Amino acid sequence: MMIFAATSGAQLFFDQVMNGVGTGVIYASVALSLVLIYRTTGLLNFAQGELALFSTFITYWFAHEQGLPIVAALLASVAVSFVGGALIERVLIRPVEGASSPLNVVIVTLGLFLAVNALASLIFIKPGQEALQMPRIFPTGDLALGIRTSTVGFAAVLVIECLLLYLLLQKTKLGLALRAVASNPESAKLVGINTGTMLMVGWALAAPIGAVAGSLAATRQSGFDASLMQQVLVYAFAAAALGGFDSPLGAVVGGLIVGIADSLTIQYVDALDGIELVVPFVLILVVLLVRPNGLFGRTIVERV
Amino acid sequence: MAQPTAIGAETAIGTPAPGRAGTVPWLRIVVGVVAAGIALWLPTYYPEDTTTVFAQVFYLAIAAMGLNLLTGFNGQVSIGHGAFFGVGAFTSAILVVDHGWAIEATIPVAAVLAAALGVVIGFPALRVKGLYLALITLGLAVLFPRVTAKFVEGPGGVPLLQPKRGQVASYYPDLLADDQYRYYLCLAIMVVLFVLASNLMRSRAGRAMIAVRDQEVAASTVGVNVAGVKVASFALSAAYAGVAGSLSVLVDRVADAPNPLTYFQRSIEFLIAVVIGGAATITGPLLGAAFLVFIRKRFEGTEAMAPALLGGSLMLVVYVLPDGIVGGYRRLARRVLASRRPSDPATPPPSSGSPPPDHPPTPPDPVADPSPS
Repeated sequence: MMIFAATSGAQLFFDQVMNGVGTGVIYASVALSLVLIYRTTGLLNFAQGELALFSTFITYWFAHEQGLPIVAALLASVAVSFVGGALIERVLIRPVEGASSPLNVVIVTLGLFLAVNALASLIFIKPGQEALQMPRIFPTGDLALGIRTSTVGFAAVLVIECLLLYLLLQKTKLGLALRAVASNPESAKLVGINTGTMLMVGWALAAPIGAVAGSLAATRQSGFDASLMQQVLVYAFAAAALGGFDSPLGAVVGGLIVGIADSLTIQYVDALDGIELVVPFVLILVVLLVRPNGLFGRTIVERV
Repeated sequence: MAQPTAIGAETAIGTPAPGRAGTVPWLRIVVGVVAAGIALWLPTYYPEDTTTVFAQVFYLAIAAMGLNLLTGFNGQVSIGHGAFFGVGAFTSAILVVDHGWAIEATIPVAAVLAAALGVVIGFPALRVKGLYLALITLGLAVLFPRVTAKFVEGPGGVPLLQPKRGQVASYYPDLLADDQYRYYLCLAIMVVLFVLASNLMRSRAGRAMIAVRDQEVAASTVGVNVAGVKVASFALSAAYAGVAGSLSVLVDRVADAPNPLTYFQRSIEFLIAVVIGGAATITGPLLGAAFLVFIRKRFEGTEAMAPALLGGSLMLVVYVLPDGIVGGYRRLARRVLASRRPSDPATPPPSSGSPPPDHPPTPPDPVADPSPS
């Protein structure tokens, strides 16, 4: 640290940017799962944060109650989330898919929001327990240049996620089918793609990404409870809106921008002290008003 | 994204389901008189805390009706009505605690301020529709407690304002106890606002709201000022929520924001009341509010049980009772009537050959077929 004493202002700025990257990675992950669901089922899943919370509790359960090492616990949770996501789509979301009414979608996802959050508290939090502690995945401390090891680790996880997703979507037959359904469900059906299964796969893929995001978010805090993901969701929506709701790349870029913007706001804008949440809110508002398809999204032409 | 809403797909509200045109709706009159009698009698029978619970039902019903005007009748989905409710609550609390107003006098102010915020949100809502509008209102609800914390100080950084006991007391202590006074005040305001809503929806303006919900383009071609109707709906709806917030200070003697999600949870509660009661109906919000408060009271000790059940029933209602309690009742009534009609000499059968009694009722009604193209 001493060598940077002369340029502490620059160092502070750099630290804040890196801090923003750390949170931004989590926003990006949740935004990514929102985008996956939006692309396949065309709905904004207000319950995504809570589903990630539930997965986080599962990670915690594997690590704490079953004594698995944290990475194994995370992988186990990812597997459970994959199945859980598919089940939720099949049982709960299928009836409102393609519904003409946005109200039905809002109702079901909000119902899911309430129910999943409450179930997570009922199942995993013992009476009298205030906050749970997630074992660290990455060692604490700095790697180099004052960059925290965890930040680098988080970024690496995100890169791996994106890489896997890219390979899946671009290089496999399943990915081709998924993209076909996202771009034009009717034509996809006509060429023999089972669209129902693809929608299920979309949800099944989104849930594990949320699981990773939630678990990482939990390790960033000294203790977590059932409110872990509720704010993250707003930031993730801002990220997804900024990047474009149908663009995975946009979600990642959007997440990082939102994370860094948030971190810099906290550091430098005293007027917004305590109400940093204004930033994602205004971002959502402005993007939807000015450029509804975001930075990377496709322009949607609506035929009447 | 101008889709018709599946929920509350009926075009005319208050369709007199059981009654026939021209006859006096005796059933409705009897039910109305009995309900009014019970409502007036309740606080003289029950102890104070039960009366307070009923008063909570009333103010929740007002907020739900506000949301219903916007979401049910006008088709704009909001999950941020908790913020308007909060504006009402804090307006009243600040005026009472810091400026010594009488709480009754603060109600109009709360309504006006909430309506003003409603207009502010109503304008972006002209461009942003459906799920995206829901997203913006979600942000509003999450943001509200933070902004409040900036301007209202309380213990531990949590905004909290508590009027003194005397400030929410009865005006006629000899005649009515405090809890009875609050109950009757909430009841009276609720009845006025519900009658207002009912009349509005039978008026030209109300039909314009419904037309905008069902077919925006068609509505504008027949001369409806779509933008005006939408913003006005938002303002009116927010005003209802503001009044409800104001009354919540009267009843609960507190305006606070204990956690960042408080007002988002409120928003969901209003939505639950609307959806479970029956969107785009007049009595629905009241029934929904009663259901909500009942569940909350029933599972008071176990923190997470009520939200689990409410969330579950919210999802369930979409699948099994898509038009809520009131819609379900209407369908039932119509079915019963349809099976009884052939034996009723007062009404000639609709078609030449009267359908057999066990014939599945397929009347050309808009509610039973919630799939408008």
